[in-house]
Amino acid sequence: MSTVSVAAPRPSEARIARRETLQQLLRSPTFIVGIAIVGFWVFCALFGSSVTPHDPQDQSFTPLLKPGGNHFFGTDTLGRDVFSRVLVGASDILKVAPLATLLGIAGGTVIGLVTGYFRGIVDDAVSRVVDAWLALPLIVIAVTALVALGVSTATLIVVIGVVFMPIVSRTVRAAVLAERQLEYVQAARLRGERAPYVMFVEILPNVMAPIIVEATVRLGYAIFAVAGLTFLGFGPQPPSPDWAAQVSENYQLVNDTAHQGNYWTVLFPGAAVASMIVGVNLIADAIARVLQR
Amino acid sequence: MARFVAKRFALSIITLAILSVIVFAATKLLPGNIGRNVLGNLATQESVDIYNHNVGADRPILTQYGDWVWGLLHGDLGTSLQYQVPVWSLMGPSLVNSLKLAAEAFVLVVPLSILGGVAAALRRGRAADRVITITGLSLTAIPEFVSGIFLIVIFGVFLGWLPVNAQWPSGTDLLGQMKYLLLPALALVMVLFGYIARMARAGTIEALDADYTRTAYLKGLGPTTVIRRHVLRNALLPTIAVIATQMGYLIGGLLIIEKLFNYNGIGQRIYTAATSKDVVMLQSGVLIVGLVYLIATFAADLLYSILNPRIRLAAAE
Amino acid sequence: MTADGAAPALELRELDVAYRIRGRDRQVLRGVTFTVAPAESYGLVGESGCGKSTTALSTVQYLPRNGRVRSGSIHIAGRDVLGLSYAELRRLRATQVSMVYQDPSQALNPSIKIGNQVAEVFRVRGIASDEAEDRSSEVLRRVQIADVGSVLKRYPHQLSGGMQQRVVIAMALAKDPALLILDEPTTGLDATVEAEVLDLIAQLQAEFQTSVLFISHNLGVIRRMCERVGVLYAGRLVEEGPVEVILQDPRHPYTVGLIRCIPRGGVRKDHGRLDTIPGFLPMLGEELPGCVFADRCGLVREVCHTSEPPLHRLGERHASRCHFHDEAHELPRVIPENLEAASIDRSATPLVRVADLEKTFHQHGHAIRAVAGVSMSIWAGETVGLVGESGSGKTTFARALLGLVAPTGGSVEVDGRTVPPKLGQRSQQDVRSLQIVFQNPDSALNRRHTVRRILRRALKKLANLSGAGAEQRLLELAQSVRLAERYLTVRPNQLSGGLKQRVAIARAFSGTPRLVVCDEPTSALDVSVQAAILNLLVELQTMRKVAYLFISHDLGVVRYISDRIVVLYLGRVMEFGPAEVVFEGPHHPYTEALLSALPTIDGGGRERIKLAGEIPSAAAPPPGCVFQTRCHRKLGAICEEQAPPLVEVEQGHLMACHIPIEELRRLQAEKAVERVPAAT
Repeated sequence: MSTVSVAAPRPSEARIARRETLQQLLRSPTFIVGIAIVGFWVFCALFGSSVTPHDPQDQSFTPLLKPGGNHFFGTDTLGRDVFSRVLVGASDILKVAPLATLLGIAGGTVIGLVTGYFRGIVDDAVSRVVDAWLALPLIVIAVTALVALGVSTATLIVVIGVVFMPIVSRTVRAAVLAERQLEYVQAARLRGERAPYVMFVEILPNVMAPIIVEATVRLGYAIFAVAGLTFLGFGPQPPSPDWAAQVSENYQLVNDTAHQGNYWTVLFPGAAVASMIVGVNLIADAIARVLQR
Repeated sequence: MARFVAKRFALSIITLAILSVIVFAATKLLPGNIGRNVLGNLATQESVDIYNHNVGADRPILTQYGDWVWGLLHGDLGTSLQYQVPVWSLMGPSLVNSLKLAAEAFVLVVPLSILGGVAAALRRGRAADRVITITGLSLTAIPEFVSGIFLIVIFGVFLGWLPVNAQWPSGTDLLGQMKYLLLPALALVMVLFGYIARMARAGTIEALDADYTRTAYLKGLGPTTVIRRHVLRNALLPTIAVIATQMGYLIGGLLIIEKLFNYNGIGQRIYTAATSKDVVMLQSGVLIVGLVYLIATFAADLLYSILNPRIRLAAAE
Repeated sequence: MTADGAAPALELRELDVAYRIRGRDRQVLRGVTFTVAPAESYGLVGESGCGKSTTALSTVQYLPRNGRVRSGSIHIAGRDVLGLSYAELRRLRATQVSMVYQDPSQALNPSIKIGNQVAEVFRVRGIASDEAEDRSSEVLRRVQIADVGSVLKRYPHQLSGGMQQRVVIAMALAKDPALLILDEPTTGLDATVEAEVLDLIAQLQAEFQTSVLFISHNLGVIRRMCERVGVLYAGRLVEEGPVEVILQDPRHPYTVGLIRCIPRGGVRKDHGRLDTIPGFLPMLGEELPGCVFADRCGLVREVCHTSEPPLHRLGERHASRCHFHDEAHELPRVIPENLEAASIDRSATPLVRVADLEKTFHQHGHAIRAVAGVSMSIWAGETVGLVGESGSGKTTFARALLGLVAPTGGSVEVDGRTVPPKLGQRSQQDVRSLQIVFQNPDSALNRRHTVRRILRRALKKLANLSGAGAEQRLLELAQSVRLAERYLTVRPNQLSGGLKQRVAIARAFSGTPRLVVCDEPTSALDVSVQAAILNLLVELQTMRKVAYLFISHDLGVVRYISDRIVVLYLGRVMEFGPAEVVFEGPHHPYTEALLSALPTIDGGGRERIKLAGEIPSAAAPPPGCVFQTRCHRKLGAICEEQAPPLVEVEQGHLMACHIPIEELRRLQAEKAVERVPAAT
């Protein structure tokens, strides 16, 4: 038998493919705009007070000034500069939303993998519970849970993360069901591979694409949820400059039609929330498009 | 079909049962006990115990659950701890209010988003498609309280066309009520449009790419006929399910919108119940919301099985 | 123009079609020119990427959005298709040309009743509803559908595959078109159903005098259905002529190579090895200067790369695009004709012994007996071919044998030891002895793993090798399946079908399997690729003394590669014996019918035997012999009451039929009985 020499390792084609995906992403306008928006807010949240024209907590200005002049976005009831407050208002959202999403994705993926792969009784039982869970709107569950557990950054993350798990598990389960029909799964079984290996090494890489897309979509919803809960009073309390908290504090003023409803106190923080979510969704859309190839 | 429907019905019942367990268990998690929450921190332990005993809060959990379910099956939702009146007397009107708002939003969003989705699919890849898709995407991204604020500011404050409060003065006729509900309904339309339109678009694209569409064109049929007769009915089937799943949200998930527009719907009831630790009210409210969702999805399944011949009639033996 | 001056049904002249992919125009059809005369049947044959479907779609102007006709002309019944307005095009589609393509279940709208879909063909021409309905019934009767009234009210999913295709054909012919285009209309249908559909088409064509453009990758089918044929390669028509002439005297190296790839009657793996065509099929729209076939041609010379061969007329409407067409039949073989095949020692204990294997599924309250008491023995080094149509249980049987599906009864022995029924209970040694090669190479390999990773893992689990030892073995393995080293670092989706299948085979052979189940391993591959894979399998068998259970619906392939053959019908063994005996006869009536349905490229076709009715459902098998409802040699009551036992009628030849073998031998020597019952 002639000797066969072992070839020297080359940069794997896989690495090249990953680089190409990244390049494609960087060329997509939706991705760039999305990153720009999100990046901007991250920057502001990190460097906080050093970039604001006035101190966000300074109450020394005339209350309820219209936008213009020294105060780009006007002032609120307590005489604080709205513009400065809007600039730094992202930090809580940025703390809670990504972590909650991560939790939801991790938990949901495991549940989805297990129920999708094993089917049978496990799947039936868990699916019924998931169905029941999904019958309730997220807000309702979150409010109930937060009342029970009390409000803090940690509980917000946990509650939103846990509420996301069933939703994510649905998507993952559907993808896993489709994959497990394919013959490479049977080929793995015929090698004597055990269930955890098949689930995590064989199937999981093939469902990563929908999981990543789901993750980016969930991030948008997480921000949605955090803002909504804050608005209801379950998030950062005044005097936090958090956007939703600002809206929550000032929305009653809208009734004051004489002063145009003091719209600036709520419009700009609201727009900021919207812009953040739009930014995240643009990134999500770009990633989904690239992964579809 | 009967078999399919029966199976779905049975599943719904089981889900409902599990839901009741979850709801019951969750409310038991609320801190403190009933007596303490109602009587306050200053009441003596003795009076708290007596109170608890009177309302049956010291019995075993399973008995309490059983009693509750028994009551439900007889239409008795219990007595509100906060207001000391039968739950239904408060929940009923709130439910009606929520249904009105949901109906108005539904009537507005469903045709609009289906039209939008189908139009986007028909002009796939072109400008109209991108506009509709991105608009939908952006609108869905905006949290309800933000879009609500926008609408209030533009239509209520600046233009003064519509009232900023959704709660109409008593005595307003139905038409007037709808006018009051228009702003919150529009806010809901903005939230749901993107999602439903995207489903409609995906379903339409799949139908357009199908072989049977090719067969139709090659018979010599024109685009309008092909789309109307061959594409649409297959394209919209998946959309039904999506619309149904939004029902739960439309009825019970509007805590934010209701707060913003000062509207007395079920969302507000649940919110108040949760913050005041009115367990009885909370249980009933959450269960009703879940029930509505299950009814809606079951109705959707029913509709789907009627419209889809593959389910309505068994395959060839 | 034909002699009597009538315009040809279809005339393509110098047709150039391109697709815009990733910003660049890629040429898919290169100067395609051919003519289909009135009432003529013209076949277009070629492998994947040759452009045959594109030709069909161009003709009806239904190219995808990124495709366009760059130059050339298309005339249908004398009308210039490319110059039509949209309204005129619609008129053309409604009255002059019809298309039938693969997969009838997709071609029919699942939400519209059959009656309405057929009537549409008439209504689009302005015919009133009532008349349209009557004519729909009429046209369905024409395609031999028995219970027309009931079929009109049904939905597509309520009909069987064969029935659906009849409906589609009915719709196509309802407008009495000048041209009927058929694009792989029977691919995917069972052999007996395919034969019936093809017979129907031939009959209707004779009746209506329709011109037919028949597109297929299967030369046997083309031979049966067409008078003339054109061979497409990489978008160019490389040879054209009457079918018999092309088959007897092919004058293009590609045609010669193609014919040599096809298993022919009497040719077995040990004498008359299939030849292959070196190289790979070009990608869709690849740049090919000079002769499109130059890169793979055994007769290639300098001039082939530089100049496009002109069309050489060879008389009798036979033409070839080759500079050296007169040397075509001297094309050197790639694989020597006679190669050693494995020898089988039948005196030893069988490698695998299956006894009364049963598998019953429960669905919707019915018990479906997919495998009903199948027994067989397989010796080391032999190939047992497993043949059957849908519902025969062949796939279920294989999966039960491997333990992927737990059998509900019976036992499996390997090397004399009984193995546990479920895969999870089997020892690693047993697991290693039984491996599989799947039909669909796309889904048989994990698309997120590189080839190296796939094979290394297999080596680890099946041969207990890792590290440097594994690397060495990996390279040997790759060599043995002729997989070039540069493919080891890629992911499967970057490989062609043939290459993927080589990886799958390498994976199956990573350890030392004793039996490899081949489940339709070549059905998804092109003809030339199929030949290479079959040769590879035979080679590996000789080297490693491995046994194969070779499942296929393609009888030609099964005959070529099998030592013995099992014929299954509705989960039961109908016949089991040496390949030649099963094929030559005397054989079971079902086998007889199957063989008569097989379209071959050789002369001396058998008399077609039409089977009554459709394949019965496994949930309600007929009483007595399961085949009696369709058997053309049914004896009578005994067939309905008693299931015939599987007995050894000759040395090594088992059959389950009430008719004694000598009687069968006599009957089958005469002309076969032909009945023409209507389909229900």
